Amino acid sequence: MSTLVFTQDVACRYGGGASTQPMIALPNVTVSQGSHTLLLGPSGSGKTTLINCIAGLQGVLSGRVEVAGANIVSMSARERDQLRGTKIGMVMQRLHLISAMTIRANLQLAQRLVGNSVDNPLIERLAQALDIVDKLDRYPRQLSQGEAQRVAIARALVNKPALLLADEPTSALDDKSCAAAISLLLDQAALHGATLIVATHDDRIKSRFAHVVLLGAA
Amino acid sequence: MSHLATAFSIAAAYLREKRLATALNVLLLGLGVGTIIALVLLLAQAEDRMERDSAGIDLVIGAKGSPMQLILSSVFQVDIPTGNILAADAAPIISSPMVKRAVPLALGDSYKGFRIVGTSKDYLHLYQGKVAGGRLWEKPLEAVLGADAARATGLGVGAEFVGTHGLAESGGSEHGDHPYIVVGVLASSGTVMDRLILTDLASVWELHEHTAPPAMVSKASTPPSIPPNQSTTKAEKHQHADKAGKKHDHAHDEKPISAGKVDEHEHEEDEKREVTAYLIQYATPLAAVSFPRTVNATSAMQAASPALESARLFQLVGVGVTALKGFAVVMMVCAGLGIFIGLMNALDERRADLALLRVLGASPTVVVLSTLLQGAILGMLGVILGVMMGHAAAEWIGQTYAASQRLAIGGRVWISQEWWIISGALLLALVASLMPAWRAYRDATPELLAAK
Repeated sequence: MSTLVFTQDVACRYGGGASTQPMIALPNVTVSQGSHTLLLGPSGSGKTTLINCIAGLQGVLSGRVEVAGANIVSMSARERDQLRGTKIGMVMQRLHLISAMTIRANLQLAQRLVGNSVDNPLIERLAQALDIVDKLDRYPRQLSQGEAQRVAIARALVNKPALLLADEPTSALDDKSCAAAISLLLDQAALHGATLIVATHDDRIKSRFAHVVLLGAA
Repeated sequence: MSHLATAFSIAAAYLREKRLATALNVLLLGLGVGTIIALVLLLAQAEDRMERDSAGIDLVIGAKGSPMQLILSSVFQVDIPTGNILAADAAPIISSPMVKRAVPLALGDSYKGFRIVGTSKDYLHLYQGKVAGGRLWEKPLEAVLGADAARATGLGVGAEFVGTHGLAESGGSEHGDHPYIVVGVLASSGTVMDRLILTDLASVWELHEHTAPPAMVSKASTPPSIPPNQSTTKAEKHQHADKAGKKHDHAHDEKPISAGKVDEHEHEEDEKREVTAYLIQYATPLAAVSFPRTVNATSAMQAASPALESARLFQLVGVGVTALKGFAVVMMVCAGLGIFIGLMNALDERRADLALLRVLGASPTVVVLSTLLQGAILGMLGVILGVMMGHAAAEWIGQTYAASQRLAIGGRVWISQEWWIISGALLLALVASLMPAWRAYRDATPELLAAK
């Protein structure tokens, strides 16, 4: 299998790269296309920072971060935005749905923002698979945490990304919901042929992944 | 284009979410725009109307009193006259070589609020009046209706009506034994003539042989005595000749002559004739320098210039109008500030949203456009509301107030100044959203979300 994500000697700062934050050296990671990888580590171990570096959301001081063969570090901000929009789907720790829009509009917006035309049948299919069809015309404030999380997963998949990144997707969930959320991510990634990288401190899901990268003291 | 459509959908969603704030901003801007538009509409129409009504009239000669009242009553037909003058007193003045045309007016009666004006046929030439149906008057108590007067009263050719004393809609006693017969209806001229009922001077004299309506009471307390063929032009001189038995084709565009050049045998009757005013057209522009002064200094009459009095009127009204316009501008600026504050506050609330847009792959252009468009949409809605309210207010004022009805002003017109007001309001809304848009551009970095 070919390599989709490759990081080498990456150094950056915590928390978005402000100069007052301490520097951190991140582990080298190689992720094959179509694989499911878990980045496991305690809080502060840099797993979210690594996810953000891969997504091009984090300024990198040195090293190399490649996604689909392109070095993100040398890209312009606009190029990183485009790469993220077309190749990467993200499920963030905080779900960040746009409260002013319905769920359907949130999903449509994600397609339009990267220049894709709105694909309503795909949205319907995703909503069906994630069991949120009856929520499509509701607003985010009208959803439960679990429903909102499924919407976030749908939004991450709506542009058929090659890479699906999830940051702490289960941290606020009980065991049952945690298992369901991970199943959902694994199933949807497999269904859409996406490579999945999940960053978490949650040991409960360790067994679900064949490829686990340990960070920090973990 | 897709950027614009995407940004528009975001902007519209944000405005929908803050419905109350959006509605208040739109209302505030609409009130400002509407107030200015209503004022501009009314003023422009009044000015235009006054300009058309006074076109070709260089001077008005009438009884002593307020010159503005004389102009308002004789030219614009919106005030009561200052009194009457003896035609004989006016004769030497209007026969001056400096006078090209002198159109007599005799006011005092009305029908359903429309003034009955005794005059010569030159009055029609003054406003390029054309007969739409029937003919012009040939003898006393024949009347020709202006287009609006005919429409409003429902009178047509052949109909009879009885005038009432006074100029108000709820006039005084009726001249029941002297009904007028409508012999013609004029085509619309867009001037004061549309709202008048025109008749021969002789009609007014005949009706007031025994009674004297307010405007027919001479300051010199001379009994009204206006003979049938008071004439100031060649055309009307011919009319007199008709009475004497000769047949003439009346060419209504014949060159007018002065009233002083009437036949000698009319002289005695002339002594007693009364008119309300004479509308004077100079033979030479130089007359403007000395003629009014001569009239005012050497006669018991006054001369008033429509141009000067109109300018004075607008100067007087202008103070209030300027204050109202200033107030409306303040409202618009407040609306602009409201938009600015609303967008800035919304930005604070939506920093994460904006960063999310970037995380999802949006270009900074979309983020900036979505903020600018919020201002533009508010501006657009405010302008639409303002234009509608402004025109509705102008129409309401036009319908409600009798004076405005007489000036025929309303809201069903569009004037070029409105484009400037609309552009100004849109620019204001856009300027108000510039800084928020810049902040959105600066703050909406994907790193912001990464830091959370």
